Amino acid sequence: MSKRFVRVNKNLCASCGACSKECPRNAINIFRGCYAAVDEKLCVGCGLCARTCPAGCIEIILVEEDS
Amino acid sequence: MKKNKSWLDYLWLWTIIYFVLGFFNILFAWLGMIDFILPLLFAIFGGNKFFCNKLCGRGQLFSMLPKKFKCSTGKTAPGWLLSRYFKYGFLAFFMIMFMNIIYQSWLVFGGAKSLNESIKLFWTFNIPFHWAYTAKNFPEWSAQFAFGFYSLMLTSALIGLIVMMLYRPRTWCVFCPMGTMTQIICRYKNRG
Repeated sequence: MSKRFVRVNKNLCASCGACSKECPRNAINIFRGCYAAVDEKLCVGCGLCARTCPAGCIEIILVEEDS
Repeated sequence: MKKNKSWLDYLWLWTIIYFVLGFFNILFAWLGMIDFILPLLFAIFGGNKFFCNKLCGRGQLFSMLPKKFKCSTGKTAPGWLLSRYFKYGFLAFFMIMFMNIIYQSWLVFGGAKSLNESIKLFWTFNIPFHWAYTAKNFPEWSAQFAFGFYSLMLTSALIGLIVMMLYRPRTWCVFCPMGTMTQIICRYKNRG
């Protein structure tokens, strides 16, 4: 089985919070004003945040999981 | 899943109200200091970007407009615009221009210069704005600051609107001087 989730490039992130507003699962929080932190347990990798991020610093990751 | 809206989601109205008030009476431009001081207070004492994340009317306006009117290409901005060099360079430029506003107000205060009742867009184009200064019972230096500050706010809003249309809605947020400044503070507070 594979799981999709997103990963944030912390160096490019402006921590504006546009992604966390967009996330339908409330899986993104701005960690202490430094960067967007994704809760990988909640994230389903829909990519809404990646499309919103003005810095273009969110990418969708696909990982194979052993079930 | 639709998110419940709170009154905090309507703060984009503040951005519009601010410019309308300033159009009729320039002294209202002083209210823009709220947008300067609040983010810094949150960053310095709270170590967070609560202002950018929840309160910034400008950010809300930029994300709301393209949703309603489809006026954004949605393309990622070019790399140089998103780079740290540009962010920090823009912050430095912005601060120098802000200092200049204070300096001009100081000159008017000291009587070395007379009040210039116009606003300057993009630090270049002078636009007469004399109708907005009728409350003559306020000192002239405060009006000079208001004209300068209103120019700064309007110019940055216009830059924000342009990049909103050309690229993604909240592209302004990437190099917003207040955002950059508060992020530097937050990163400093949470270093190590």
